Amino acid sequence: MKRFAVALLAALFAVALIAALLELPAPAVDLPAAVGAKMAESGIAHPVTAVLLNFRGYDTLLEIGVLLLALIVVLAVAAREEAKQPAVADPVLQTLARIAAPLMLLAAVYLLWAGAFRPGGAFQAGAVLAAAAVLLHLAGLAAAWQKPGKCLRIGLAAGFLVFLAVAAGLLVEGALLQYPPAWAGALILLIEATLTVSLGLILAGLFLFLS
Amino acid sequence: MGFAFDLLLALALLWSAWRTLATPDIFRAVILFIVFGLLLTLVWSRLAAPDIALAEAAIGAGLTGALLLDAIGVLRGRKKS
Amino acid sequence: MTSGLIFACAGVVLFAMGTAGVVLLDHLLRRILAFNLMGSGAFLVLIGLAQRDGMPDPVPQAMVLTGIVVAVAATALALALARRLFALTGGYGLPQSEAKDGND
Repeated sequence: MKRFAVALLAALFAVALIAALLELPAPAVDLPAAVGAKMAESGIAHPVTAVLLNFRGYDTLLEIGVLLLALIVVLAVAAREEAKQPAVADPVLQTLARIAAPLMLLAAVYLLWAGAFRPGGAFQAGAVLAAAAVLLHLAGLAAAWQKPGKCLRIGLAAGFLVFLAVAAGLLVEGALLQYPPAWAGALILLIEATLTVSLGLILAGLFLFLS
Repeated sequence: MGFAFDLLLALALLWSAWRTLATPDIFRAVILFIVFGLLLTLVWSRLAAPDIALAEAAIGAGLTGALLLDAIGVLRGRKKS
Repeated sequence: MTSGLIFACAGVVLFAMGTAGVVLLDHLLRRILAFNLMGSGAFLVLIGLAQRDGMPDPVPQAMVLTGIVVAVAATALALALARRLFALTGGYGLPQSEAKDGND
């Protein structure tokens, strides 16, 4: 009975929302044109990266903060299980992981660099780094993380702290995260590089601290 | 041509989502969720959003799938022992 | 009908499906899956609606990119909580829903 009622309500909700979508008038603000007009001042040639790190940089700042918070909560919640012996992995998988991991590192650096002028950027590069760490762990080549040491803690927090420092430094100039056009490219590259390392470590940590 | 492909892709997406929720076996549900993530990657590239497609392929299908499978392994391993 | 509009409608259906799943399913892992489906539906609406005239729009694309990364962090957090609950109680569901199942 409850199952039927919930399904009916969800279906009605979907129909009403789709009807509203089809009736929606054209947007009053032309965002792509607004982005295009300011591209020259952003210090970046790829619109999505420019929006992420320049026009709406505070979104990304808060996002890396949220990720760091999630990792801290995971660390606090995760039960201290006895260290599992890594299962004896398939030699084929181990060989493949040994070949793939350096290539994934290379792909991550490429994605980070490509983010300035074509699809790519810190998020994708960080995700590839984390995937490489997970692959190494699954192949039995890297142990699960028990407790973050000093270096790891610095690496996990670096992206957020560097971003925050740049934001605070620019606050002296005027608005939050409003880069001076001459420095924008260099500052964004610095932020993106530290973001990539931190994102990779945090995403890998979400897997490796749990397993 | 493009319209028919979009329609088929949307239907495949919804079907995989439905099977994810309705399959009795939880392991199979997670595999279907990974399939859903890969189909979503195709959708993003159809919507001219290659950045999101890259992130979805690496995160949505890859990392989330690894996390979920690991969690299933823990839940099942404890149940047997 | 442009592809943006088609996928926006698919996103709405996906969101409704995920909502029903979160309400109806008892197994916590399944609820997490349904929650992820809801999120994907919301992303599809956000992008599809902004691009319903067929032109790519970088602003919602950047927001969805941020959203995907936050969604995986939320999933990992939810899984950590579910595993902790399992370690403490040995059950897959929330306490009240399991008690209700027992009475049914």
